[in-house]
Amino acid sequence: MSPAAWQITWFTAWVAVVSTLCILPPGLALAWLLARRDWPGKSVVETLVALPLVIPPVATGLLLLKLLGRRGVIGHWLETSLGLEIVFTWKAVVVATAVMSFPLLVRTARVAFESVNPRVEHVARTLGAGPWRVFWTITLPLARSGVIAGAVLAFARALGEFGATVMVAGFIPGKTETLSLSIYHLVQLGRDGEALGLLVISVALAFGAVWFSERMLRRARA
Amino acid sequence: MNLEISGLRLPLAAFVLELDATLQSRVTGLFGASGAGKTCLLEAIAGLRRPTAGRISLDGAMLTDAPARTFRPPETRGIGYVPQDGALFTHLSVRENLCYGQRVHGPADRPGLAYAHVVEVLNLGALAPRRISSLSGGEKQRVAFGRALLAGPRLLLLDEPLASLDTALKDQILPYLATIRDEFGIPMLLVSHSADEMVALCDEVLVLEAGRCVRRGPPGELFRPSPRLHHVLAKPVERTSSA
Repeated sequence: MSPAAWQITWFTAWVAVVSTLCILPPGLALAWLLARRDWPGKSVVETLVALPLVIPPVATGLLLLKLLGRRGVIGHWLETSLGLEIVFTWKAVVVATAVMSFPLLVRTARVAFESVNPRVEHVARTLGAGPWRVFWTITLPLARSGVIAGAVLAFARALGEFGATVMVAGFIPGKTETLSLSIYHLVQLGRDGEALGLLVISVALAFGAVWFSERMLRRARA
Repeated sequence: MNLEISGLRLPLAAFVLELDATLQSRVTGLFGASGAGKTCLLEAIAGLRRPTAGRISLDGAMLTDAPARTFRPPETRGIGYVPQDGALFTHLSVRENLCYGQRVHGPADRPGLAYAHVVEVLNLGALAPRRISSLSGGEKQRVAFGRALLAGPRLLLLDEPLASLDTALKDQILPYLATIRDEFGIPMLLVSHSADEMVALCDEVLVLEAGRCVRRGPPGELFRPSPRLHHVLAKPVERTSSA
């Protein structure tokens, strides 16, 4: 494997890990709320969360570009208040992959939380545990296989993200060069051999992640 | 014990649970057909359901006061709850299950509820290092009783604790319940479909039908005891010291 291919693989895996870590706290909180609570607007939030799964990734990317660009509502505020520039940087890759993989984490973790018998949590409350202690010592450990499976699925989705990323981060060699963007770029240049090398790496990484995730889901169902 | 339930209203799917009662017996039975509202009543007392009206107090301490919007969460009520399936924590060992509530309510002034004593009375010593998945149905119920006792409750709610066991196991566990009643002095509210269990364990029984108490009295007056029970209860539980 060439040094360039190593660098692209390392950057892609690093971005996927960072985006997965970023979405874990809000993703688990939302999954728990959807699994355990009824609240006004729940069905609207459920639909919004699922949207990135069904609308074209390029459309999601365009939306992110409009929001995070210099003239966007969030982008303008970030730049003037915190001096943060998002679009066409590695941060844009993280944001795009996080948004695209968020629904997979939430849906899988929600099912995992729903599979925990609420009576077990009730008994823990009567034993003196407050809601936080019940979550950390009972709910999360009992749902751990499903939660891990969801996180790995989100990681796998982040590894292969293309449409939203290309819109919001572009293809900037050395800055926003992920495996999927590089494959596309190399094919455009007619360097199919190099593209195939990156394809093999992509498939191997995705295969490993999905295989591990399936193992975790099987354990969660057992 | 003085458990006062006044003007309680709890809407359920098929009817509204309504109850006014003062319970002062050592063991009070809640008897009735499936869906009569027995479990929901226990859950309201434990703080797991919020009634729309009424008050619940235990030994003078207000637990639920719907008009005043007072609702003490379950973790501060000091009320133990053992559901039908025990609801053990399958990711923890038996010892970890037993100790789960100990650090919160574990009262230093109630040495009878020390870990070693509870483990001895319920014969749990040999089970302590085992995983929950390796236990039999009867062993699981004993662990559930022990876990609830070790939290030092002021009142113990038992929701059909023998219902999921076959007759032989019921005969094994029933004397343990009698021992818990006699040894620890914790008032109990026992839900059951079984007249035999009511006669064997309770001082007073409330018969519920569609969310209302339709009869109340000593079990000897409400039910005819089965001769088999005397044989079961006459056999004392064998104790082993804790591991």
